[in-house]
Amino acid sequence: MSRNIVIIGNGISGVTCARSLRKLDSACKITLISAETKYFYSRTALMYVYMGHMPFENTQPYENWFWEKNRIELVHRFVQKIDTSKKQLHFSDGTALFYDSLVLACGSKSNKFGWPGQDLKGVQGLFNYQDLLAMEENTKGISSAVVVGGGLIGVEMAEMLHSRGIHVSFLVREKDFWGAVLPKEESKMIERHIREYGIDLQMETELKEIKGSEKVNAITTSKEQEIPCSFVGLTVGVSPNIEFLKSSAIPLDRGILINEYFETNVSDVYAIGDCAQFKQALPGRRNLEQVWYTGKEHGETVAHTILGNKKAYAPGNWFNSAKFFDIEYQTYGMVNASLKENEATFYWEHQDGKKSFRIVFDKTTQAVLGFNAFGIRMRHEVCDKWITNKTAVKDVMNKLAAANFDPEFYKYHEKEINNAFQNQLS
Amino acid sequence: MSNDLSISNPHPKIDVFEKLGLALASVGIIILLATWFGYTFENNALFLTVSISSIVLGTVVFSARKYLTQLEGIKNNGVYHSSLSSRGVVGWIIGIVLTSFYIFLYWFPEFLGLGENGNTNRGLIALFDPLSMWFKNQAASQWFVYGTIYTVCIVALGIKFMLKYRHNRYQLIRTTVVIIAQFFLAYFIPEILEGLNQEQAYFTKDLKNFWPLNYYFFDEWHLNNMQQSGSMGMFYLVWGIAGFLIITPVITYYVGKRWYCSWVCGCGGLAETAGDSFRQLSSKKLSAWKLERWMIHSVMVFVFLMTAGVLYGYFAGVSEIFGLSIYDYLRQPYGFLIGSAFSGVIGVGFYPVLGNRVWCRFGCPMAGYMGLFQRFKSRFRITTNGGQCISCGNCSTYCEQGIDVRAYAQKGENIVRASCVGCGVCSAVCPRGVLKLENGSEEGRISSGPIDIKNKTLNL
Repeated sequence: MSRNIVIIGNGISGVTCARSLRKLDSACKITLISAETKYFYSRTALMYVYMGHMPFENTQPYENWFWEKNRIELVHRFVQKIDTSKKQLHFSDGTALFYDSLVLACGSKSNKFGWPGQDLKGVQGLFNYQDLLAMEENTKGISSAVVVGGGLIGVEMAEMLHSRGIHVSFLVREKDFWGAVLPKEESKMIERHIREYGIDLQMETELKEIKGSEKVNAITTSKEQEIPCSFVGLTVGVSPNIEFLKSSAIPLDRGILINEYFETNVSDVYAIGDCAQFKQALPGRRNLEQVWYTGKEHGETVAHTILGNKKAYAPGNWFNSAKFFDIEYQTYGMVNASLKENEATFYWEHQDGKKSFRIVFDKTTQAVLGFNAFGIRMRHEVCDKWITNKTAVKDVMNKLAAANFDPEFYKYHEKEINNAFQNQLS
Repeated sequence: MSNDLSISNPHPKIDVFEKLGLALASVGIIILLATWFGYTFENNALFLTVSISSIVLGTVVFSARKYLTQLEGIKNNGVYHSSLSSRGVVGWIIGIVLTSFYIFLYWFPEFLGLGENGNTNRGLIALFDPLSMWFKNQAASQWFVYGTIYTVCIVALGIKFMLKYRHNRYQLIRTTVVIIAQFFLAYFIPEILEGLNQEQAYFTKDLKNFWPLNYYFFDEWHLNNMQQSGSMGMFYLVWGIAGFLIITPVITYYVGKRWYCSWVCGCGGLAETAGDSFRQLSSKKLSAWKLERWMIHSVMVFVFLMTAGVLYGYFAGVSEIFGLSIYDYLRQPYGFLIGSAFSGVIGVGFYPVLGNRVWCRFGCPMAGYMGLFQRFKSRFRITTNGGQCISCGNCSTYCEQGIDVRAYAQKGENIVRASCVGCGVCSAVCPRGVLKLENGSEEGRISSGPIDIKNKTLNL
């Protein structure tokens, strides 16, 4: 009989795993379980639905017939408990399901840190489809809101609310925006841009209390300021969604503990994506990887292992991207918020203050280590090759235009960037 | 599902200057509507001037106020909350008005005020008499009226498009060319030439209106009129033939069919400017793509057969093939079904319902012809930037040709599709800088995915 593979979670990791399994093996039985939505949609696009750029259906990358055609069975139910000794899942509606192999791809949930009033109506995070519906409901007819937490979801939420003409106060604990990831210059650029949109951005400010009787009507900040508002967005990070596993035999820490093959300590149980925690992080990587692209890579890699062709996780060079209101951001390789001992950097910023370029390289070997680009698009393949080949920073700077990915007719800045770089050297 | 999300918060209201612009444009449109419904002005020159200038000026005031008060960037907020752009009541009303205008234009021009059998024009057609007199000293025809309104729409809404995309130089340059191509090549110069050569019989003087889009190019009357018009006629005859035999394949090889479809073509020009609010309404389903391939290539075969028949008749001096009338069985059905009903009534009338490129995607034989080159022999492609795609779907949503761009981008594959008109909007709306229209080596144009970003152990 063919193998019965069950995947919990139909986000990008779970779906990539299911698709990869089917590509590699036409016989196995694949079941994809989600309590959130029956069909896979792109989580990153929730903001565009709220802003009216797209209808929700357009966030679904595959048409509904796709799943049946590829014999991926969709189950829209909530898994309450896992019994690994009997290899059985129990759903909240009392039904159960057996598996031969189980993949946990159950993602994250929004953090809440026990603030007074955090469960009032009008207070929420933004992670899943239900959050989107709630946000639609909670922001109906309101005129002011507060967003707490200066990460990527926070800035998205600020943009969403702003698009509906809602005034936003944006509280960020750190001194610099997204300061754990971005170097100071880039943080400042984004802060300026957020303020340019009329957002009341308050740095080094924390949420103290959320006030209201049934529904939120104000908050107070760590600086003892009271801000009246009808909505509070809590975007202070996410953590693995593993509550339902606590009664199981699967070892947990912050996330589901796995080795480099995505195997948990329980045989035939794997974990991938946001919910997985590597017992030992790979050099230069975190042990929790909570971005779109790593989820994809996890899903594809684990499919091989499940089907008996064991493959260790060995990702290529790091990359990521985001958009802060109108400013696009791309990064390739490792650009840390502050330089490591062996590192040197060159930073260029356009006079309009909305475009910048940074290159980080090894002081001794001169090998390029990473790029940050804001408002300029860079070619993934070219940057990746330079980093892999440890190309010398001078050579990279001389050939920088080869990595430009801006649309045709855009003004090139590479010459200016390289001139500034040469000046800095001399 | 999406109904839950479409009604709640209205977007920031339009302000007084925007209202002023809309009111001004409405004055111009009301003049056109009044004459359409039969009212004939005493002073047509005055009212035509007022109508056209208030439409253009009103549109510019409205869009300048709307876009210049915002920071540069993508302006799609509320597209799916607006009745106009999400097949709401306003969309349907405009669709019905446009469709009926085309029905009158093609088959009942007397209801637009065309004076037939020597009678003077009335209503809408008469309104344009002074301008037609100025150009060529003759009363307006329904085609002159149509050409003028068409050009006004492209100019006014082209300026709106440029204000909306002022951060994007590809869009600025492209739209400038669209406006210039329409105003000068398709309208002003041909009308001036008509005026200067009034003794000549009519033939098309739009340099870029190549066969097979211009399906009457090889009609007997058209060939005769060109040949009887001295060196200018011969120039247009040779140019027209070189147009589809040499110019089109060569340029399409180097830059893709976009040079035509989204840069100089009149149909494409209207779609990109007046139709911009409706680009998201094209169907992205696989079934729509299948239908598209059948339809566009059928029309293309139809135009080839029709033209072959017409040319055979012309050179052999006969009017029948196999005992069947060439006109009744080929030329007339093509003109009615494709030339009028498809390209006009459905092509533009249904903008607010089916999207702005229905004709270009499902019907246009010129697009079909260039599409074959673009797909199999061209340097043009949309490059996907490695592994940066997050499958958000903005590219597919705003593809007016209904290409599921995301399906390629999320696999790291380049987009090489016969139907892409190269408008560049997928690249513009992508929030992660994943898409770039470019011309390059044919080698590796259709790529199989970014091996460089895969898990390293999978490449062994």
